[in-house]
Amino acid sequence: MAVAKTWVFAEIIDGKPVPAVLELLTKARSLGGTVEAVAFSPQAEAAATTLGEFGATTLHAGTDAAYGELVLGGPAADALATLAGEHKPDLILIASTYLGRDVAGRLAARLDVPVIANGLDVSGDGEVSVGSSIFGATQNVTTAFEGGKPAIALIRPKSFVAESGGGGAATVSPVAATIDDKHRGARLIEHRTEESSGPKLEEATVVISGGRGLGDPKNFEVLEQLATLIGGAVGASRAVVDAGWVPYSMQVGQTGKTVKPEVYIAVGISGAMQHTVGMKGAKTIVAINRDADAPIFKLADLGVVGDALKILPQVIEQIKARKG
Amino acid sequence: MNVVVCVKQVPDPNSTGQLDPSSHLLKRDGELVLDPGDEFGVEAGLQLAEKHGGEVTVISMGPERGLDAVRKALAMGAARGVLISDDSLRGSDALSTAKVLAAAIGKQEFDVVITATESTDGYTGVVPQMLAGLLDIPAITFAKSVSYEGDTLKVERQTETGIEVIEAKLPVVLSVTAGVNEPRYPSLKGIMGAKQKPMERPTPADLGVEGVGGASARQTITAVEAAPERAAGEILQDDGEAAKRIVDFLSSKKVI
Ligand SMILES: Cc1cc2nc3c(=O)[nH]c(=O)nc-3n(C[C@H](O)[C@H](O)[C@H](O)COP(=O)(O)OP(=O)(O)OC[C@H]3O[C@@H](n4cnc5c(N)ncnc54)[C@H](O)[C@@H]3O)c2cc1C
Ligand SMILES: Nc1ncnc2c1ncn2[C@@H]1O[C@H](COP(=O)(O)O)[C@@H](O)[C@H]1O
Repeated sequence: MAVAKTWVFAEIIDGKPVPAVLELLTKARSLGGTVEAVAFSPQAEAAATTLGEFGATTLHAGTDAAYGELVLGGPAADALATLAGEHKPDLILIASTYLGRDVAGRLAARLDVPVIANGLDVSGDGEVSVGSSIFGATQNVTTAFEGGKPAIALIRPKSFVAESGGGGAATVSPVAATIDDKHRGARLIEHRTEESSGPKLEEATVVISGGRGLGDPKNFEVLEQLATLIGGAVGASRAVVDAGWVPYSMQVGQTGKTVKPEVYIAVGISGAMQHTVGMKGAKTIVAINRDADAPIFKLADLGVVGDALKILPQVIEQIKARKG
Repeated sequence: MNVVVCVKQVPDPNSTGQLDPSSHLLKRDGELVLDPGDEFGVEAGLQLAEKHGGEVTVISMGPERGLDAVRKALAMGAARGVLISDDSLRGSDALSTAKVLAAAIGKQEFDVVITATESTDGYTGVVPQMLAGLLDIPAITFAKSVSYEGDTLKVERQTETGIEVIEAKLPVVLSVTAGVNEPRYPSLKGIMGAKQKPMERPTPADLGVEGVGGASARQTITAVEAAPERAAGEILQDDGEAAKRIVDFLSSKKVI
């Protein structure tokens, strides 16, 4: 049995859907029913072409300028709840980004339906069910929705590979919902982007991540050097993000980014399960750690027991020498 | 400013979790501790109340055994606690949890409700927004810094791409990240005093909530299986050759 109507919540940044939205649309197409997108952004309509190409036939678009000036999760969830009441989707897929989580929780409360979080897969055979993994991705669980529609699933980015469906632009259907005054009390005053040079963490073919074992924030410069040399991106464990060594945008793991590079190099990272869920999908893993018992070695294709601060500069020298 | 902080009792985060093979519920028979993430919430609440006048109430839903975990928040300085324990609440999903907490919060006077961004054992990360939806107030999530001036709460929040600066009128639900502050250690005096502080123990019926708990959960785990393990790799001791091995490896993967 297919899912008759699947909605994908389309988060829009700078007039473009974020990559995870295209991944969800790709998956939604395979569920067999109608696929539609819902977006709340003054620039939502600009996304109709891309959303259509990846599978949405209709784009329900809320384009009130206020969506760009408020904490978006609240008004978006309330409008989505009203809209879902009218159009009765069977399943709403939401990427577990910051905004996605804000929307999903409030939406579930408004509609009085459950939400399944941390999803990695979704299936529409019989009851809609969501696959996820627990305990540091050592066990896979399948959770089925039982009654209560729509089913709401929060899916981690990078769970599916986005593929164009070759469709034309989605038909834009304007959303009329008004924004309640209580939401106007929470305003977005400023957005400071944390810029980084080089490839994006989520897109890089090599990711070099540092942890507390680097000992000092200054030592991240060595990772930066290596990254520049081989065209990689630098990531980090939460321990060093919380300590303020590097910005949050570099965090890999359960509460950070999910990366799936060709090679992931973990330097001075113990391999706590909350870290490994964000990098376990890498093709190959290299780990450098002083402690032979560090759990990260269980995942490593190549593990080196030793002092990262000694080894990394040698690695850099040798690569330079090879490059000539 | 009166603050309600939601705190969860969780199994010791340093031990690996286990599912009960028959019920598929998380085994929680070991010792329960105050979720380390919630210590940041308690600290944030205390700082707001100390600076702007008012009191902190901590609210937790969880088993009796977790009483000491909740008392830790009182030892840190919260004025009173509310612990909702009931057998029927076992196996609650996030929405059930939020309904119970929201009902308990509704009985308090509050300007701000604080949670952590996600619990250490459940990590659905949706309870804060559900609370905001049920209380019908805005949620500001992933706060990295919080201050209050005039009648405006100023919050810097994390996003994937950087920091958003938010200004909000009260009341709001606020979820705080680890790193928002440096949680204080309970003092000896605080620990002694915590036992004397009021601890309410309402039942779900006292709070007027129905249709919550495991029996009315509308999601069930239908399968659990071991994830495929990665094939074992090569682990070597650095004897001066390790750097070369790494470079060879990178070059065999064609990244250099
Ligand atoms: C709800 C929740 C969510 C979380 N989310 C995340 C997340 O998204 N991402 C994340 O990363 N973590 C997350 N964590 C934290 C996680 O549990 C770990 O605490 C964290 O990953 C540890 O970081 P670390 O490996 O850098 O530090 P540590 O665990 O302290 O490890 C440091 C390692 O460095 C090694 N070392 C020391 N010196 C050297 C040296 N000279 N050379 C080589 N090695 C050395 C040590 O042997 C050690 O293994 C989360 C935790 C919770 C509770
Ligand atoms: N049973 C509970 N009692 C009190 N607070 C809770 C409970 N469950 C969740 N919370 C709060 O909500 C946050 C997010 O939880 P979760 O959605 O489970 O990841 C937690 O960090 C707590 O602050």
